[in-house]
Formats: sequence, C-alpha cells, structure tokens
Amino acid sequence: MEGPMTRRIQPRIAPSEITPEAVFRDRRRVLAALGAAALGGAALPGLGQSPTPAGGAASRLAPPKYARSERWSTKETPTSLEDVTSYNNFYEFGTDKADPKANAQKFRARPWSVEVAGEAEVRGRFTLEDILRPHALEERVYRFRCVEAWSMVVPWLGFPLGDLLQRFKPTSRARYVEFTTLLDPGQMPGQRSPVLDWPYAEGLRMDEAMHPLALMVVGVYGQWLPNQNGAPLRLVVPWKYGFKSIKSIVRIRFTEREPRTSWNLSAPYEYGFYANVNPAVDHPRWSQAKERRLGTGFFATRTDTLPFNGYAADVAGLYRGMDLRRYF
Amino acid sequence: MTVEQRYRRIYKPLVWIGSLLPLAWLLGRGFGVGGGSLGADPAEEILRTCGKTALNLLLLTLAVTPLRQIARAPQLLRLRRLLGLFAFFHAMLHLVAYVVLELQFDWPMLGEDVAKRPYITIGFVAVALLAALAATSTQRAMRRLGRRWQRLHWGIYPAAVLGVWHYGWQVKADLREPLVYAGILALLLGWRLWKRRAALTSTSGSSTAPGRT
Ligand code: HEM
Repeated sequence: MEGPMTRRIQPRIAPSEITPEAVFRDRRRVLAALGAAALGGAALPGLGQSPTPAGGAASRLAPPKYARSERWSTKETPTSLEDVTSYNNFYEFGTDKADPKANAQKFRARPWSVEVAGEAEVRGRFTLEDILRPHALEERVYRFRCVEAWSMVVPWLGFPLGDLLQRFKPTSRARYVEFTTLLDPGQMPGQRSPVLDWPYAEGLRMDEAMHPLALMVVGVYGQWLPNQNGAPLRLVVPWKYGFKSIKSIVRIRFTEREPRTSWNLSAPYEYGFYANVNPAVDHPRWSQAKERRLGTGFFATRTDTLPFNGYAADVAGLYRGMDLRRYF
Repeated sequence: MTVEQRYRRIYKPLVWIGSLLPLAWLLGRGFGVGGGSLGADPAEEILRTCGKTALNLLLLTLAVTPLRQIARAPQLLRLRRLLGLFAFFHAMLHLVAYVVLELQFDWPMLGEDVAKRPYITIGFVAVALLAALAATSTQRAMRRLGRRWQRLHWGIYPAAVLGVWHYGWQVKADLREPLVYAGILALLLGWRLWKRRAALTSTSGSSTAPGRT
C-alpha cells in the first residue's frame, strides 16, 4: 500500500537539532527532575523496533515508560480498559461503536510519519520516533465527554501538545493549527463511503493548542494505543467534545485562518469549530445538560455535564468575552 | 391439517418466536450467557435493538398485503394483526427503555424532549398512533367501529413514515441504513398506490370505453 507511512522521510532539519529545546523548556513536567537521559529513555522503547514489518502491532513493542501526573488527573474512577477499547467512534473503521475494534486490528500504525506544514520555521516529514523522542510520557486521567451525551474517564499516556508544537517554531502568522487523519481507504474501510468528507480534519486555536491540558496521546492504560483508539498518535482535548480529539494524525499544519473541520463541514448548525463541552448549549437534536457515565453500574449513571467538562477553572479564560452560544 | 390449524400450530408460533428473538438475544447477552455482553453502553444497545425491531416488524406488517397478492397467499392476513401488535410492543419497550434506562425517570426531560426535539416528537406521534391501532385491534372493536375502523387503521401509514423518518433524523452522519428503510417503505406504499391507480383506471376504463379491450 503506497501511503504516507511508506514514503521516505526527509525532515528539513535534523531531529537532533530540535530536541534539546523542547526537553528543557517545560519545567512543569513530572519527569524533568530525572534528567535528559531518562527522558530520552522514556520515549525510546518504541524506537528499537521502529521498522517492524507490516502488522507490527502495538502489543509487540516494548511497553511505554511514563510517570503519573497528579496535577492533571481526575480522582474519578477510570472506565474499564475493555469499555475504552471496544466502544469507539472512529468512523474511518465504520460508524457502529463496535466497528473500530473489529475492523482496525490489521491496521499498520507503525512505521508512521507526520508531515508538518504551514506557518512554521520547521517543516517537513518526521517519523513517529522523531516526534516522540524528546518527550517524557505522562499518564493523565481525563474525563472524556462525547457529543452524544455519554462520557468516560480515561488514563491516557501522552505529552503536552504545546511542547511538540513549539519544536516546529510556529511563526507569528500561525493563529490556528490543523490536524489531519490518515487517508487510506484500503486500510480504513469506513473511508470507502462518503459518510464524512475524508480525510478527517480538526483544528484548534493556537492558544488552545498551547494550553497544558491539550495532550498528544500515544497510549492508554499504560500501553501503546490500540488501533481502534487512534494509534499511533492522537489528540485529546478534554474540555471539548470527543470529536475534536482527532485520531491517527499524519499532518499538522499551522494556519492563519480558522481551518475547516470535518463535523463542522458535515453539519455546520450542529457542530461548531470550538465544540467546548457546554451544558447550557444543546445540540439541536438533543440536550447536553446531562451525560451518562459509561461503566458505572449496569445502565450508566446520569450526571450533570459540567462547563468545559469540569476544566473551567483551567480553560475558561481562553474564551473570556466570547459568546459561547454563538461560538459553540 | 387445515389452513386454520397450520396457522395456529405453525405459522403463528413462528411469528411469536421470530418477534421475541431480538429480546431473547438482549436478555441472553445482558445476563452474560455464553460470555456475551451488551457492551459498554447496555442502555443504548437495548434502546436501539427495540427501536429497530419495532421498525422491522412495522414494515413486515405492511408487507403482508403485497405478499398476499403477489404470492397468491390470502391466508397470510391471519398473521398481520400479530405482527402489528408485536411492532407496537417493541415500540413501547423502546419508549420504556428510553424513559427508564436513558432518562432514568427524568420526567421533565421527557416532556422537554417530546416538545423540543423533533425526532422524538415524531417518534412519540408514531407510538401514539400504534397504541390507538393496538387498542382497536380486537374483533369487537372492528365490529363496533365498522367503517371507521378501516379509516383509523390507515394510521399505520403515517406511523411507518414517522418511524422511518425518526430513524433517519437521529443519526449523526451515516444515513445509509435509514435510506434503505425509506426505500423499502417507498416500495410498500408505492405498490399500494400503483394498485389503486390500476384499479381506478380499469374500472373507469371499462365504463367510459366499453368497446375497447
Ligand atoms: C416516544 C417515542 C420514541 C422515543 C422517545 C424514541 C427515542 C429514540 C432515541 C433517543 C433514539 C436514539 C438512540 C441512540 O442514539 O442511541 C431512537 C432511535 C431509534 N428509534 Fe426511537 N423513539 C421513539 C419512537 C420510535 C418508534 C415508534 C420507532 C419505530 C417504529 C422507533 C424506532 C427507532 C429506531 C429504528 C432507532 C435507531 C436505532 C438504531 O440506531 O439502530 N422509535 N429512538
């Protein structure tokens, strides 16, 4: 299959040049105290086997090393691994919640590469290993609220998106960042039907993307991401509805204008660019005031949905002065 | 066996079994029979299965008349009421699942949903229609209502249209399956229209142009 994953990698600038800055930049990081060597080690295990033959499943890689981030973790009980990995909206593999697990098993998430484009000094194509190398992995237990009014609590493994974006030195013209999912109907059977305008695309305003809660995710429950959860690299933006957390990312593009996003293109009156979790603004066809927390009791407890999914104290400031009914 | 006996001993029990199979499948998985489960969101699974079964049975009920004529099997009429009642039964289960499992008895929310969410409003109207048909499905009601019975039971057409519409209106983006249902419904209703027109033109044809055959 000719796809971005098998193309030759030619970064404009050697990965070694961009590594140190990102490593030392962020003092918040839990692992910072362990020093650069340990940091390298944290992301290295994926490297040794990077040229795995087709079908190199995440389970065959050495397990990721990480440290738990209490600062950014909720104390709520995580949803079971079984539920997190068998109930997915990943339309590239089918529109039924069980489809992704059934249809993504043979997906080749490695080798993988990401193209960086747009308003940034550092552009080009980077291998997954280049992307991961300087970042220490953290485990963060986030609430996850789907626009369909169900929710989970998920222990993700990842690193702050902002740390990654900084490495590409976005220019002053970069006001937004756009993400694109792999387009490969051969491997992603859902893309053979025009349910959405493939490839899936999402975007964030630059200040949202730089917020420490925005997480670049590579694993869940202490393991590398299963294919159905968006392997090998996905976004998790916990204060927004789940569809903003784009999966299997192959392109990051810095833009001056607000990028078009898939669900907004599909139904502009129902899904906005911002898509912040907001109990006061209903979806036109259903209420967003409450949610059912899956895995809590047989039928899932119904609880109030919180503004910004409970992260208002951290992120509400990003939207000060904005009419959240208009920018839903 | 007489036709009557065959229906009573074989075909009707088969309708019973067929109609209750989805429910048995849900129960079996709900109780973990054979390692099965209802997945991460049992409430949604139950809600959807009941809705889908209601719609399937509704369309099957509407298929009885065309099948009777095409297959020259007029006795199929004996299954129609049973199919219709099972359609209503599953629509009720679907509604109960919604109130009990999804809303968890949040009555104000149900009122709000019916008033504010058009796809629920039309689902509600469909359930109300089916309830009226079910309540008047006995021989006694038929005799008592006379000609009005026929007119009342045309309510199954709007109920089916609303059911399919409701199905299509609640999906997020993937309209393929609702469109298949809409296509089947269009065939079932179109067949009736076509028959009526054929009947009308043949009677009017015979009266206005008796010489032409
Ligand atoms: C008051 C009446 C009704 C209510 C409150 C109601 C509610 C709902 C809700 C909330 C859903 C969305 C399920 C989900 O997204 O998980 C749904 C789906 C559905 N409903 Fe209803 N409904 C009603 C009546 C009906 C009737 C009368 C029929 C058919 C005759 C029907 C057939 C369906 C079907 C086929 C689906 C889609 C199932 C699927 O996705 O496979 N509903 N309904």
